[in-house]
Amino acid sequence: MSVKVVYFAWLRERIGKPEETIDPPAGVTTIADLAAHLAGLGEEYAYAFENPSIVRAAIDRVHAKPDAPIAGAREIAFFPPMTGG
Amino acid sequence: MRPTVADARTSPVIRVQSEDFDVAAEIAALAGGRTDIGAIVTFTGLCRDEGGRLAALELEHYPGMAEGEIARVAQEAARRWPLTGLVAIHRYGLIRPGENIVLVVAASAHRRAAFEAADFMMDFLKSRAPFWKREHPREGGAGAWVEAKDEDEDALGRWD
Repeated sequence: MSVKVVYFAWLRERIGKPEETIDPPAGVTTIADLAAHLAGLGEEYAYAFENPSIVRAAIDRVHAKPDAPIAGAREIAFFPPMTGG
Repeated sequence: MRPTVADARTSPVIRVQSEDFDVAAEIAALAGGRTDIGAIVTFTGLCRDEGGRLAALELEHYPGMAEGEIARVAQEAARRWPLTGLVAIHRYGLIRPGENIVLVVAASAHRRAAFEAADFMMDFLKSRAPFWKREHPREGGAGAWVEAKDEDEDALGRWD
């Protein structure tokens, strides 16, 4: 199952790209699993996910908690806490 | 695209745009020709210069999710209060001190619902709508991303 993963703000800058397609290995079933998998892809990813508790996520453009299942997702986003308004 | 009065009356008007907005024009578009509105509350958020330190703020957003998330917050506001109109506009891109960032217009028959709905909208927009501010210092160089404040997240507890 491949999924589009998009990054915003300092996660995008640290990883060095706005989006990519990821093929999560077996056993990666939740947002937290995917974040941990990404953190192992290289030092830029490790830097982006160095403090996973502050990284927020969305599945198909709706906020998702770390334990949310990613099966069937078309687009998963990771981003810092929001600072709009 | 200018929202029609009929849009504002039947469902919240949500816009995410780079261009500026005109507060008076938005009020007129919402209330023009109507006799059922007794109260309109507007909130406008502007870019400040932080004591002269900032040349601009840059607002990044998640296209597609930003509109949807603001719409979800607006639908919740419309469920909680007897509103007769609701508009939310959030800008993105480079915004200079003194310029507008965000607008909420809440209309109701009576003031309390309009005040509370506008306050609720802003609390949830700040912590739920996918926007990120980056500072552009007057001195130049790459500015820092604005950090989220705990008090903004804590403010959501006011509405439990």
